[in-house]
Amino acid sequence: MTDHKMTDLTKGYPAKDYKVIGKPVPLIDSRAKVTGQALYTDDIRLHNPLIIKILRAPCPSANILSVDISAALALSGVKGVLTGADFKNNFGVLSISKDEPAIARDMVRYMGEPVAAVAAENAEIAAHALRLIKVDYEITEGVFNSKEALKPTDHPLHPELNKKNNLHKEILQEFGDLDQGFSDADVVIKKRFRFASINHGFTEPHATQVQIDNKGNITVYSATQVPHYLHMALAEVLEIPEHNIRVIKPHLGGGFGGKSDPFPHEMIAAKFALDLGRNVKIKFDREEVFFSHHGRHQTDLTMKLGYSRKKGITAIDLDTLIDGGAYGSFGIVTTYYNGVLLQGPYKLPNFRFHVQRLYTNKPMCGAMRGHGGVNPRFASEVLLDMACAELDIDPAESRLNMIHKENTLTTNEFRVTSVGLHNGLTEAIKRTKWKEKHGKLPFGTGIGVACGFFISGSALPIHWNKLPASTVRMTIDYDGGVTVYSGAADIGQGSDTMLAQMAAEVLGQPLENIKIISADTRTTPVDLGSYSSRVTFMAGNASRNAAIRMRRILIEAACDLLEMIPPEYDRPDAPDNFFRQGGRKPDFEQGFLGANPDYADGFIIEDGLIRSEKHNASVTYLDAVTKALEFGGILQTSGTYRAPKLGGKFKGAGAGLSPSYSFTAFIVEVTVDPETGFIKVDKATCAHDCGFPLNPLAVRGQIEGCIHMGLGQALMEEMIYDSGATQNPSFLDYKIPSAFEQPEVDIVPAYSDDSEGPFGAKEAGEGILAPVIPAIANAVYDAIGIRLTQLPMRPDRVLSALAKEREKNQEAGT
Amino acid sequence: MKLLNLTINGRKHTKAVSPSMTLLDFLREELNLTGTKNGCDKGACGCCSVMIDDKPMLSCLLPALEAEGAAITTIEGIAKGNALHPVQEAMIEMGAIQCGFCTPAMVINGVHMLAKNNNPDDDEVKECISATVCRCTGYNSIEKALHLAASKMRRAAHDGS
Repeated sequence: MTDHKMTDLTKGYPAKDYKVIGKPVPLIDSRAKVTGQALYTDDIRLHNPLIIKILRAPCPSANILSVDISAALALSGVKGVLTGADFKNNFGVLSISKDEPAIARDMVRYMGEPVAAVAAENAEIAAHALRLIKVDYEITEGVFNSKEALKPTDHPLHPELNKKNNLHKEILQEFGDLDQGFSDADVVIKKRFRFASINHGFTEPHATQVQIDNKGNITVYSATQVPHYLHMALAEVLEIPEHNIRVIKPHLGGGFGGKSDPFPHEMIAAKFALDLGRNVKIKFDREEVFFSHHGRHQTDLTMKLGYSRKKGITAIDLDTLIDGGAYGSFGIVTTYYNGVLLQGPYKLPNFRFHVQRLYTNKPMCGAMRGHGGVNPRFASEVLLDMACAELDIDPAESRLNMIHKENTLTTNEFRVTSVGLHNGLTEAIKRTKWKEKHGKLPFGTGIGVACGFFISGSALPIHWNKLPASTVRMTIDYDGGVTVYSGAADIGQGSDTMLAQMAAEVLGQPLENIKIISADTRTTPVDLGSYSSRVTFMAGNASRNAAIRMRRILIEAACDLLEMIPPEYDRPDAPDNFFRQGGRKPDFEQGFLGANPDYADGFIIEDGLIRSEKHNASVTYLDAVTKALEFGGILQTSGTYRAPKLGGKFKGAGAGLSPSYSFTAFIVEVTVDPETGFIKVDKATCAHDCGFPLNPLAVRGQIEGCIHMGLGQALMEEMIYDSGATQNPSFLDYKIPSAFEQPEVDIVPAYSDDSEGPFGAKEAGEGILAPVIPAIANAVYDAIGIRLTQLPMRPDRVLSALAKEREKNQEAGT
Repeated sequence: MKLLNLTINGRKHTKAVSPSMTLLDFLREELNLTGTKNGCDKGACGCCSVMIDDKPMLSCLLPALEAEGAAITTIEGIAKGNALHPVQEAMIEMGAIQCGFCTPAMVINGVHMLAKNNNPDDDEVKECISATVCRCTGYNSIEKALHLAASKMRRAAHDGS
């Protein structure tokens, strides 16, 4: 077996005496998952459900002249048929682009779009009924790529926008002085890069079940990353009060952004349940998952980068077209992120980006791991590598010199707090023997470097309001068991485990004593859901804060029993004041106040005892719980997280704002076979600054998973469309890397201690992905001397680039 | 409808099933054994793997009636009561479980491989894992888990002899 180095990722952190956090903890639901007992949406058994199937458009662009459902309705066993006419209100995850109907009304905008739905007594009848629905289509000319979509037309995909083309969103922002920046540069390089659209490839297909009671209340079990947004969208589309709807996310088989929008089938299922008074169930097959897509945008970008020996990157000018497909989804956010996420990890004084998102007759694109930042990151990291090659500078050293310092503002006024990239990259350079390898390996083998950064949750909510970004409720039962209630959705990343770790650490309890109830809109307080890498930072802080309040109640009860005066601290009824005063002093600027209260209170809770260190006196935890329960009969606290006020005053200043940012460095070693064009990634060394690693086992899992997904986009994954028709809607034709492609992984620490993250932690789920891909491309250059600018880097592209290079060399030689 | 006789996790079943029903649907819908997952319906993802007469097979591609007389083990039949199989223990210990949707199939394939060969090399482990699509873990931790399970099983075999 390969000897995988297992570095202690918590080395260097001051807090050695943590009991639960910082330890490698298997996810708390692992046992249920490894025995097959964990229930995913499609595993739930409701009483006698109707089965729903969706009729999908066979063409990407058409007018719907008529839909005749009479024969389908007449079929024995069919209980209902829905068409576009049954849904008045559109929906969309962003309140500024609610442009998607549950079922297409007058127009088909992508192949596979729902045009009707059937609910029947069983799947066979439902499938039969679909064949009896007669849709009269008038095929129209479609728009299949971004450049076409920019052209003027009298028939745009979304006539309601009153535009004369298919532009969905255009953003142009400029910071600093671009001309000055390029004139300061020793080298300026401009190149075009192209990226295929890719799919999340989660293993559990979309599924929804709806249970209805005799009063017309529905419980929607759905494979969703964001129960709260689904709840809101259902209420709006169905026009019923939110309190009549309960959304529950059961175990979820992967999301990666692909289950963060509300979906048509969720609206359809809920409507059938309400209309028919029956429980209903729908599950996609894999084709339907690919048809629904919502993956990473196909991108065509041109980037110009200026680099100076002394100053590092002096300017970036980016012009990007992103192909959004038929509807808005998260697209406006994606459009911004394509630009603003270039603001790290390096200083970037002069900067312009022009991003246009287009509507086309293809399945829509949306959020996917590394949202919006992945493709521009590839371009900037490859251009930086080219600049270094041209100036004969070590590309790893050059990166070290440009990394943001801690507690600085970027040019577009992102507040950067903790940064562990410098020490992480330094360690990676050492561990990989970079200096002995880069530029020195034999032809066909190479080593490459790239870095990235990402948000730890968006500071601003999608739906503007002043509510906390996350709220956690915590209770302790009479027997001392702790329950954490959170709306955060565990999508396999382990957020339930993280929430439990917070409570266990603060309350001095073993992890087994903490129970989690999450992602149920009836019983859990609002959390904005699992996207933008926000859960550890935001729900984690909320859980920690709820636990600190609980701890104080217990210690007051213990003091009561010990006849001691309780420690002086702010009362828990003054939340905003208290939770903005940390043990760590605010030291940066107004608004940077440290959400991390130090709960050192002179007491230790462990082994079932609450002990005063000073008086060496103790009571049992259980006695304190009982004492605390005497007052109200219930022991309950809440904790919240709100992002501090951040950002500039210009239009679009809110995009990409985050209370903290993660940083990542990758050094990748590859072998390229010049005969076959096949790229093999042999080893990936990763330094990911996620602040204090709360659960090193989970952090490892996220790093290895990001490498897998980055490898897929780099080498083999692409959605293939022919005039809008999806060509590869299966795992047989949409290839993702297997265990044979996955490289050996070495994870090196990248120490930072975030002043506002829970126990100093930041995100570890997304930011890791982006730099994997350019690190591979830069290693390929080191191996065979060619620059690949189109993803995926398929063998045929490697071979044709090599052939071109040979031609060029021959011409130069003659 | 035809009568189907088979043994699942040691228990005999006789049921009338439609010729078009897959073994996967039979397990999930007729017997409520939902630990076996449906990830693609067409034999591409491997999540529906079960052991049929001690051989891992894709239950989504097999008509249930083809399993007449067979002895089938699903994920629900791997642990002995509360005692997990070494493969299950190792998967937990190494963090080889994230979303968990591929986990039952990974376990089925791992248990099968290690029953035949408790000292697999890297490629044999990768081969075993490659039967199933996992999108979360990057496979590294699953590989480590199977190697760990193998060493546990070798030790147990040694102690037992």
